[in-house]
Amino acid sequence: MQKAQIKHPFLTRRDIIGYAILAAVIFVLFPAILDSFRLNLFGKYLTYAFVAVGLTLCWGVGGILSLGQGIFFGLGGYCMAMFLKLEASTPENTAIQSTPGIPDFMDWNQLTALPWWWEPFYSLPFALLAVVAVPVIFAFIISFAMFTRRVSGVYFAIITQAVVAILAILIIGQQGYTGGVNGITDLRTLLGWDIRTEEAKTTLYFVNAVLLFTVLFVAQFVRKSKMGRLLIAMRDQEDRVRFSGYNVASFKIFIFCLGAAFAGIGGAMFTLQVGFMSPTLIGIVPSIEMVIFCAVGGRMSIIGAVYGALLVNWAKTTFSESFPELWLFGLGALFIAVVMAFPNGLAGVWVEKIEPLIKKFWPGGAKDTVAPAAKPNPAE
Amino acid sequence: MLDMNNKNFVLMVEDLTVSFDGFKAVNDLSFYVEPNECRVIIGPNGAGKTTVLDLICGRTRATSGSIAFKGKDLLKMREDQIVHAGVGRKFQTPSVYEDLTVFANLELSYPKGHSVFGALFFKRDEAVRQRIEEIAEMIFLSDLLTQKAAFLSHGQKQWLEIGMLLIQDPELLMLDEPVAGMSVAERKKTAELLNRIIADRSVIVIEHDMSFVADIATRVTVLHQGQVLSEGSMEHVQNDPKVVEVYLGH
Amino acid sequence: MFSDYSMSELTAIFAMQGFAGLILFSVFVLMALGLAIIFGQMGVINMAHGEFMILGAYVTYLMSNLFADYMPALFGMYFFVAMIFAFFASGALGMLVEWSLIRHLYKRPLDTLLATWGLSLILQQVYRSVFGAREVGVSIPNWMMGSYPITDLIEIPINGMFVMTLAISISLAVYIMMYRSGWGKQVRAINNNRQMADAVGINTAWTDRMTFGIGCGVAGVAGSAFTMIGSTGPTAGQLYIVDTFLVVVFGGAGSLLGTIASAFSISQAQSIMEFFLSGSMAKVLTLLVVVGILMVRPQGLFTLKLRK
Repeated sequence: MQKAQIKHPFLTRRDIIGYAILAAVIFVLFPAILDSFRLNLFGKYLTYAFVAVGLTLCWGVGGILSLGQGIFFGLGGYCMAMFLKLEASTPENTAIQSTPGIPDFMDWNQLTALPWWWEPFYSLPFALLAVVAVPVIFAFIISFAMFTRRVSGVYFAIITQAVVAILAILIIGQQGYTGGVNGITDLRTLLGWDIRTEEAKTTLYFVNAVLLFTVLFVAQFVRKSKMGRLLIAMRDQEDRVRFSGYNVASFKIFIFCLGAAFAGIGGAMFTLQVGFMSPTLIGIVPSIEMVIFCAVGGRMSIIGAVYGALLVNWAKTTFSESFPELWLFGLGALFIAVVMAFPNGLAGVWVEKIEPLIKKFWPGGAKDTVAPAAKPNPAE
Repeated sequence: MLDMNNKNFVLMVEDLTVSFDGFKAVNDLSFYVEPNECRVIIGPNGAGKTTVLDLICGRTRATSGSIAFKGKDLLKMREDQIVHAGVGRKFQTPSVYEDLTVFANLELSYPKGHSVFGALFFKRDEAVRQRIEEIAEMIFLSDLLTQKAAFLSHGQKQWLEIGMLLIQDPELLMLDEPVAGMSVAERKKTAELLNRIIADRSVIVIEHDMSFVADIATRVTVLHQGQVLSEGSMEHVQNDPKVVEVYLGH
Repeated sequence: MFSDYSMSELTAIFAMQGFAGLILFSVFVLMALGLAIIFGQMGVINMAHGEFMILGAYVTYLMSNLFADYMPALFGMYFFVAMIFAFFASGALGMLVEWSLIRHLYKRPLDTLLATWGLSLILQQVYRSVFGAREVGVSIPNWMMGSYPITDLIEIPINGMFVMTLAISISLAVYIMMYRSGWGKQVRAINNNRQMADAVGINTAWTDRMTFGIGCGVAGVAGSAFTMIGSTGPTAGQLYIVDTFLVVVFGGAGSLLGTIASAFSISQAQSIMEFFLSGSMAKVLTLLVVVGILMVRPQGLFTLKLRK
């Protein structure tokens, strides 16, 4: 009699509905109602959703708060941008430079040769590999050093913030190698395909969406595997997990690296979709804003993270265009609200308010066999 | 002196010392546990009882001394390696995963899929399910398998944690005050449970309840200020003038 | 980078940059002290600490203008008055924040971190609306301007020495208050066991509010010191929050001596390297070394081994 209830399916009925709605919104609704300029903007927002999904696993499920996801977003983005910049810097395009064939900002900074570590980025396969590998290696170094020494919680958060500060200052300071505060701009083609046209942007939007669903699939798999339950267990009773025979550090390292990989992909897609990458996108402030995407969506909810990223970024664009002052107040209030009033974010609103309504008007759909662990919980 | 590979003992603790900032919580302590023995450690508050368990399971690092479990040097091992060697530990306050179901709580302790990829690709097969149902019955929680652990009573949480240890099937089981905070009825049930599970393994129990101790103990070790004050049968210990002095003298 | 200079020049450079770094050191010590008290006492990570500092800086700026306009004769004194006002302004704001926000979030450090970050954004916008986005500076009274020559090459700046003396005295005062007074005993009692402290009649709510207020007040004083090395703008505080957290962690949370030592080494390293490298690279290098050390020794420089 129990067996039917303790099933832990990969997708519950609620998950299927959730993903179906999300797919409809992203693949049908947005392309139908948005002009190509707005669709491109939403494509940009989607790239942040990659980061938010990773944070859901790290922070919401695993209790590891990273204030440095911008590091990985940026590393992924820069890897992509380096490839695109090299492709754009053909000797013909850069004939007026004193050293033709190298990126323009290098020439402006009196560099006369391409630095050796830029060389491999002539290769697209290498660049694509680097988009994932560089953030993951970086994440591994940080998390290995910290987690094997049992550093966690706020200490870990502060260290990640320090690392993102270092990286941002470094990128800004090393103009000749990184393009400095302007970043890497004027990106043109991907293997000859012009990424600046409207059609290209629209195509990239759909590429973005497909990739995001792939990432969602991976996240869902992790969430529903024993790993997902283990992360929750670790968040709440780390010692009990350790003394049940798990090497806690290795699980934390894994999930942190996975989050970094997601962020790296997001960063690379940002570069493609928006056409540049700059340190202003990855500093302390943007990094902590990424946490709010995840919090607004409901920190435990993978689908929520996507809506959170879309909603916050949409609000940011809308308000900071027309009422820049209001936006900072609003964002500040949002940080406070998701902590004090809505710890379950949008996912909580959905589960507590909207689903009961649906059940009321459509009682046939009421039988839901969700494992309790899948419901959003106030973390901590 | 006893040599490290003496097969007559499951656990050999020798000259164990740990100091926190100069304060010696455990001081030159030695004791030996035989197979299938139920050893109860008693002692006044601050005697170092919990610290001894912490040292054995690797939660606290010893300053000096040695701990050998079936010939393995536990002081050189990580906590999870100690668990895999066959040492299980229950904490004083019940530590269960409140956000997970009773089923999931037990499942996480099932001794399979403990590596990162093992956990990712762990399959909840029939063997796992049967074992969990079996354990759940032992710990009186069969009807609550789908319940979140947060909704259990204090006593039920204690049982659940004991169940989580049982499913590991450790050769040495360490229980820190397993009946603390339980009602009389729950205590009786727990004593039954413990008597059943200590049958085929070595157990170290920390407990204050003397009637409970008399019920389960093979041997009793009395700790005082981080050292062994007395050791032997319950009767022996109770009549030891040093023990009487420590418990009643002050 | 050292090879271009002679030994005596190097000594002089180190000494001069060292003295120049004293104000930065003072700012770090005062900021870190406040953060450490607040974190140690209530497990709250105050990301808005930089904004409390900047409030102190704005108060100092207002005082400097006020004295210059209405009491030019007393201008030499304004800094003392400003400091006191800075302390009380930031302290009062701190108590208000504790009452409205922080007290709902005890023992949820990650959540306080996000909530206080939100608060910092709001405060920044308030400063921008009230004082304008442009950065402002104070004029330093004459007696603090000069410096005292020791050798031909080495001079001690008076304002640096003055501010440092002040920072050390405040640190000592706080230390005495926390570890040698009855009130400090209450604070530590609450820290050890909140329920018990409540039960024996300590007014925990009030003590928390005072503690938070004092932590923020000290940040306000740091803001006064800050006006001597930087110009005050709405987002100036944000730049200091990472450094200050590193100072606290590097020193080993809960150790006053550790905090001072770590503030000293970080500020001095930064100040001395600034002479040889660009400012941003000096900062990168300093932060990198600190983070590197923390990765090997996460408990910081000074910590007690405690029973869990």
